[in-house]
Amino acid sequence: MKHLLATDGLDPALATAVLDTADELKHTLLGREVKKLPTLRGRTVITLFYENSTRTRVSFEIAGKWMSADVINVSASSSSVNKGESLRDTALTLAAAGADCVIVRHPASGAAQRLAGWLAEPGTSVVNAGDGTHEHPTQALLDAATLRERLGSLKDRRIAIVGDVLHSRVARSNLHLLSALGAEVVLVAPPTLLPYGVESLPVTVSHDLDAELPAVDAVMMLRVQAERMHGGFFPSAREYSIAYGLSERRQKLLPDHAVVLHPGPMLRGMEIASAVADSPASAITEQVRNGVHVRMAVLYHLLASEGAAA
Amino acid sequence: MSTVIKGARLYGEGDPVDVLVEDGVITAIGAVQIPEDADVVEANGQVLLPGFVDLHTHLREPGREDTETIDSGSAAAALGGYTAVFAMANTDPVADNAVIVEHVWRRGQEVGLVDVHPVGAVTVGLKGERLAELGTMAASQARVKVFSDDGLCVADPLLMRRALEYSTALDVVIAQHAEEPRLTVGAQAHEGEQAARLGYTGWPAAAEESIVARDCLLALHAKARLHVCHVSTSGTADVLRWAKDRGTKVSAEVTPHHLLLTDERLATYDPVNKVNPPLRTSSDAEKLRAALAEGVIDCVATDHAPHAVQDKDTEWSAARPGMLGLQTALSIVAETMVRTGLLDWRGVARVMSERPAEIGNLADHGRPIAVGEPANLALVDPDAAWTVRGAELASIAANTPYEGMRLPGVVTATLLRGRVTARDGKIC
Repeated sequence: MKHLLATDGLDPALATAVLDTADELKHTLLGREVKKLPTLRGRTVITLFYENSTRTRVSFEIAGKWMSADVINVSASSSSVNKGESLRDTALTLAAAGADCVIVRHPASGAAQRLAGWLAEPGTSVVNAGDGTHEHPTQALLDAATLRERLGSLKDRRIAIVGDVLHSRVARSNLHLLSALGAEVVLVAPPTLLPYGVESLPVTVSHDLDAELPAVDAVMMLRVQAERMHGGFFPSAREYSIAYGLSERRQKLLPDHAVVLHPGPMLRGMEIASAVADSPASAITEQVRNGVHVRMAVLYHLLASEGAAA
Repeated sequence: MSTVIKGARLYGEGDPVDVLVEDGVITAIGAVQIPEDADVVEANGQVLLPGFVDLHTHLREPGREDTETIDSGSAAAALGGYTAVFAMANTDPVADNAVIVEHVWRRGQEVGLVDVHPVGAVTVGLKGERLAELGTMAASQARVKVFSDDGLCVADPLLMRRALEYSTALDVVIAQHAEEPRLTVGAQAHEGEQAARLGYTGWPAAAEESIVARDCLLALHAKARLHVCHVSTSGTADVLRWAKDRGTKVSAEVTPHHLLLTDERLATYDPVNKVNPPLRTSSDAEKLRAALAEGVIDCVATDHAPHAVQDKDTEWSAARPGMLGLQTALSIVAETMVRTGLLDWRGVARVMSERPAEIGNLADHGRPIAVGEPANLALVDPDAAWTVRGAELASIAANTPYEGMRLPGVVTATLLRGRVTARDGKIC
């Protein structure tokens, strides 16, 4: 694996291998006081984030450091991007400085793929940490890891993804990976928050959350930005929350074994009730924890597993 | 000065004949007495067509001479078989007054490779707030006949109504870039399955179709002529058919890229494919071809849009929209319309020369190839093919979506009023 850009088209066998590696790494580090493996010693990993992030950036940094890689964080807002430097030049600069891997988050869909093209010559690996509304593949992988942990296998499971699908790279990455791993995906959202052409994706679509919840094995809640009200996507936060929020009432509709997921950050009271987020059914903190192991596994498959010099 | 085209098939029909041109006019066809000092063009049975007329081209001068100039753009046009082009007004400064249009006109005449007809802006600064001095521009030395805010839509319905009404006294045509701006905020690509999967903000077909429908209604009401730029959706073709059926004086153009390319190209995120209006589905491309063959869409216009490397070799959302088109137009028409049997070469003459000349009100282009007519001609080898290389094209910029593609149909000679401007891929 040279790059991780998307789950759309990702070989399910490779995805499963990454998830299995994540499990192994998790067990290797379990109970260890010193969380350090020498696997990526001497490798240079640079995170290049053009958007704000808590979870993903910290998660990647920890993942790299626990594997002994040299990790550097570049935030666009405090870099020469402010002097007008292009994405292409920024990426080439990092590669020239010695990066073996660039982890990029950018507001433009396709940015990670473009980066991979520009960095083909220096041979730097690229990990997509979120490109516009397109994909966030490591999020989908950690969500799958969390579901595997809680549910066993993903085959024939039914997963609902609820919320602003139109603007969600998390939704896109998840629906591709989950269906590739044998699960059924149902998208639940108001019509305004579903992409035109959604029928061509490997999903079913519903506008009725109450009807869907009794039959799912997991429900993934997506954050809904307040700005969307100004685009006329829904009349008010209240109406959205009433129709599509995972309230305590709605949680009772779920089967006992069902898992509640959220990629974060959450707007408690909007798309998810505070009590639901903190309930035993919620695997939200596990998602974050698994995020580190999954990202370690991704870095391993990109930078270590081809038997490259340690 | 005389030129002889030896052994050409007029409109690709019949047996090869010789065509004698003297002092810019066709003086004999068939049995021709070749003057001693005549410039001889060996046609070898190739297809002779009236020189092409492009109603929609961006020559970037004044303002972006790093991407194209009237000089380089004229060369690209001549090499593409064009004898007249209409240069859009979204230059910097905008061509919304007589001074700028006269500059563009004069410069085109100086270069002398193709007749450059400046398009005047409809509104001052393309701001869409008040009318530009259409009358003064029409009466200037540039004799502007086509007005357009292209790049932008004249979105205010009242202003568009006034522009249409006002134009009737000047016998000029308003050419609309149909895009309802409220429906395309942040739009990057055609709103469809590809965009849904790849995470592009969508540019819905209805944003184009609703403006076309509105403007057709306004044009009929004002008894004015309307021209629709770069038709990109099958729905727009349906609206045009309806409007023409009820007597609207509307004409429409389609670009070569909308005849061939589709939103399947979005998967690479390569901005060489980014254009406004965007590439649509294969079903749209198919319907556009049929509409062009039928005459619902009147002509082909390139929307030739040169862009610098730093405006194209970027992430998609940062790139400027537009592609080169002058040198590849004939080949794309040959590939999509002639090879498929939708048009014969007479049909190509109609859509690339005769109709655009009529719409642009040019008396000396798009004329029949006949004795007494001005010799604005293009000679095409229908059986040859060529490989497109952006760096080898005459334009300063190199942003062609056909990079590396092998295309049919080669323009082997272009004549502007009898003078050979391009021959065998070189400017004369």
